[in-house]
Amino acid sequence: MTAMPAGTPAVELSQLRFAYRSGRDVLAIDHLLIDRGETVFLHGPSGSGKTTLLGLLAGVLQASSGAVKVLGSDFSTLSSGARDAFRARHLGYVFQMFNLIPYLPVRENILLPIRLDGHRRARLGTMSLDAAVADIAGQLDIGDLLDAPIGELSVGQQQRVAAARALIGAPEVIIADEPTSALDTDRREQFLQLLFASCRHAGATLIFVSHDHTLMPLFSRTVELGEINRAAVRSSRD
Amino acid sequence: MLIPRLALRSLRSRVLTTSLTVASIALSVTLLVGIEHVRAGVRESFAGTIRGVDLIVGARGGTLQVLLSTVFGIGSPNGAVKLETFERWKAHPAVKWAVPFALGDSHRGYRVVGTTEEFYTRYRFRQDGTITFVQGRAAASDSDVVIGSEVAERLKYTIGSPVVVVHGLRDIGTSSHEAHPFHVVGILGRTFTPIDRSIFVTLEGIEAMHEGEESPAVAKTPAKTAEKVATPDTKTKPDVPAAMPGASPPPGTPIVMPGASPPPGTPMVMPGASPPPGTPMVMPGASPPPGTPMVMPGAEPPTVATPTATARRTPSSTAARQAAAPAPAAEPARSVMFPMLETDFPLTSFLIGTKNRFEALMVQREMNTDLVEPLTAVIPGVALGELWQNIGSAEVGLRVVAIFAVAIGLTGMLVALYSSLEARRREMAIFRAIGAGPRTIVSLLVLESGLLSLLGCVIGVALVYAMLILGQQPIEQRFGLHLAIRPLGSTEWMYIGVVLAAGILIGFVPALKAYRTSLVDGLSPRA
Repeated sequence: MTAMPAGTPAVELSQLRFAYRSGRDVLAIDHLLIDRGETVFLHGPSGSGKTTLLGLLAGVLQASSGAVKVLGSDFSTLSSGARDAFRARHLGYVFQMFNLIPYLPVRENILLPIRLDGHRRARLGTMSLDAAVADIAGQLDIGDLLDAPIGELSVGQQQRVAAARALIGAPEVIIADEPTSALDTDRREQFLQLLFASCRHAGATLIFVSHDHTLMPLFSRTVELGEINRAAVRSSRD
Repeated sequence: MLIPRLALRSLRSRVLTTSLTVASIALSVTLLVGIEHVRAGVRESFAGTIRGVDLIVGARGGTLQVLLSTVFGIGSPNGAVKLETFERWKAHPAVKWAVPFALGDSHRGYRVVGTTEEFYTRYRFRQDGTITFVQGRAAASDSDVVIGSEVAERLKYTIGSPVVVVHGLRDIGTSSHEAHPFHVVGILGRTFTPIDRSIFVTLEGIEAMHEGEESPAVAKTPAKTAEKVATPDTKTKPDVPAAMPGASPPPGTPIVMPGASPPPGTPMVMPGASPPPGTPMVMPGASPPPGTPMVMPGAEPPTVATPTATARRTPSSTAARQAAAPAPAAEPARSVMFPMLETDFPLTSFLIGTKNRFEALMVQREMNTDLVEPLTAVIPGVALGELWQNIGSAEVGLRVVAIFAVAIGLTGMLVALYSSLEARRREMAIFRAIGAGPRTIVSLLVLESGLLSLLGCVIGVALVYAMLILGQQPIEQRFGLHLAIRPLGSTEWMYIGVVLAAGILIGFVPALKAYRTSLVDGLSPRA
C-alpha cells in the first residue's frame, strides 16, 4: 500500500454499486478513470450522488459491490482503520465550509495532518514544520495569518487555510467538495488559481465538485455524474 | 502528545460549556459525598453517645429500656436497683470501676442524674472524648449541681445559680423539692450527647432532696420501704433474694416491688390490688414456702399497669404507706461506700467498666442470671446497634435520597457531557476527513469527558470539605450534630468511581457515533 507505482491511475472505479439501504442504489457507475495530475470538474444535479462518491473516494464509505481503487489500492480489501490511515497519508480533503478546528490557530490547523500521520511528516524531508507551513501558506497567500485565531478569518481565508491543510505533506489526491460555493465570484477564481498552482507544484490530482459551471473551463476534464451514474438516472425517472 | 493537547485546547475554547458541565458534575458529587458525610455523622454521633463503658445495668427488663433511660434519658427505667447490689457488683473481681445512676427527677425539663464523681472521669463519648469542665468542678456535696452545656446555655445558669429539682420529668408535678435547694458548682463542656441536656448531682443530693418529705417520693420510695422491711433478712441471710424474705417476714407485711411491668418471674404485687392486711406475700412463679398463702396476679385484675411515672406512683405509694405503717421501727442499714446512704438506696442503673473487655460478657451473663436481684446488663455498643436498627429509618431515608441524587446527578452530568460532545460532530467530521482513526477520535472525546468528570469530582469533594469547614460549627450549634472532617470513606470513593466511570463511558457514545456516521454528516453546512 505504501509503494505506489507511478503508472497507476489516481482513481479507478469499476462496476461500483453503493446503497445506504440495501436495494436502493444511490450510485451505480460502471467505469470511471482519473489519471494522475488531472484536474477534474465533477458536477451534476442535486441527488446525483456527488457527496456519496466523494465519501467513497475518501474511503469513509464502503462500496456495496464493485471496486474503488485510489492510487492502485482497492478500498474494498482494506479495513476501515487501514482506509483511515490511507486517507491520512495520501488524501487532502476540503469541505464546502467550516473546514477548520475552531480552537486551533491557523498554523496548528494546517499542521494537523502532519501531526496525525508520520509518513506525511516524512514526505517533508528535511524541511522543518514551520518552513513547510510557511511554504504552503505563502503559495496560498495566507502567510501573514499563521498565528491568527480562526474566528478572525474571512470565509475566503478560511478556505485557503483548508486548502493549505489538504496540500501539506504533498498528498497525491485532493478532494474538494464545493469549496468555492461560500465565496463571491471574484474570490472564486482567485482561490482556484491558487489551488491549481499548489496542486501542480505538488503534482497532486484534483477532484473538484461544484455547481458553478462558470468554473468548468479552468479544469482539464469535466465529469457529469448524472451521465455516468445509472442509479441517478433511474431514480430521477421514479 | 497531540491528543491531550487537542483535548485541553478544545476544553479551554469552550469555557462556558466546560465550566457548566464541571459545575453540574461537581454539584452532584457534592450532593452525594455530602449526604454520605451527614449520614455517617448522624450514625457516628449516635453510636458515639456512650463509649468506654462495658455494661449498663438496670433492673430486670427490656435492654432497650435500660439503654434509653440510662443513656438518653428517654422513658422510665425498668425499676430500681439497690445501692447494696451496686456495691456488691462493684466489688466483683472482674469489675474495674462502676458508676451509679439515680434518675427520676428533673429541673425545668432537664433530667437530673444522681451519680458519683467517678462518672466525670469514666464516661467517654465519640472517639475518646472525655467530660470536661468549662467552669467549676464535679459535684461533691449534697447541694452541688453540675449542668450540661445545653442546660447552661438555655437556662443561662452560671456557677452559683440555684436549682430546684422536681419529681418526674415535667414541672406539673406536685412534689418539688424546694426544701433542698441546689447550687451550680460546675458547667460541662459540650459533648453532643444527652449529657449536654442533663443535670448531675450526687447520690447524697438525691437522698437529701427526698428526705423529710411528707409524701415519700416516687420510683424510689416503694422499693425503699419494701426493702427496709426486708433488710433484716437480707442482712442475716445474704444468699436469699431480698424480695423473698425467707420464712418469717413480719406478719402482715406485703412485699411490694416497684416497676410497673416486670418481666415474668419477677416477684410483685399487682398495683391496685391493695392486698388486705395479713396477706403475707405474693410470689408468682417462685416456689413459696409451704403453707404460705398464695395470691396469683391477675386474680384481681390491675386497674393501672402502664409503665409511667404516675402509674407507678399512686398505687405503689399507697402500698408503701400501708407497708410502712406496720413496720416503722425497722432500722435501715448504712452503706459502706456511701455512709450517708442506706444500703437500699434506690438506684435506677449503673455503668460498669471491666478490667478486661472479654470479661464483660462473663459479667453480663452473671448479672442476667443473678438470683439475688434480677438485673439486666446491656453492652452499650450492641444495644445501640439494635436501637439504630429500629430507629435507623432516617438513615434509610438518607440512603434513598442519596440514590436519587446519584441518578439525578449522573443524568444531568451525562446530558451535559453528551450535548457538548454532540455539538462537535462537525469537528469530528473534520478529524475524520484528515484521516483520524477511531482511536484518535475516541481517545480525544473520552479524554475530554474524563477530564471534565475528574475536575467535577475534585471540585465537588473540595466543595464538601469547604462546606464542612465552614458549616461544622453552625451545624453543631444549631442541630447538635457533629460532622467530623474525615477522609473519604469507601462509599464516597465508590460514588466518585461511579461518577468517573459514567463520565468516561459517556464519552464513548458520541465518539463511536462520530466515527460511524459518514463524513457526509459533517460535510454539508446543514449538519
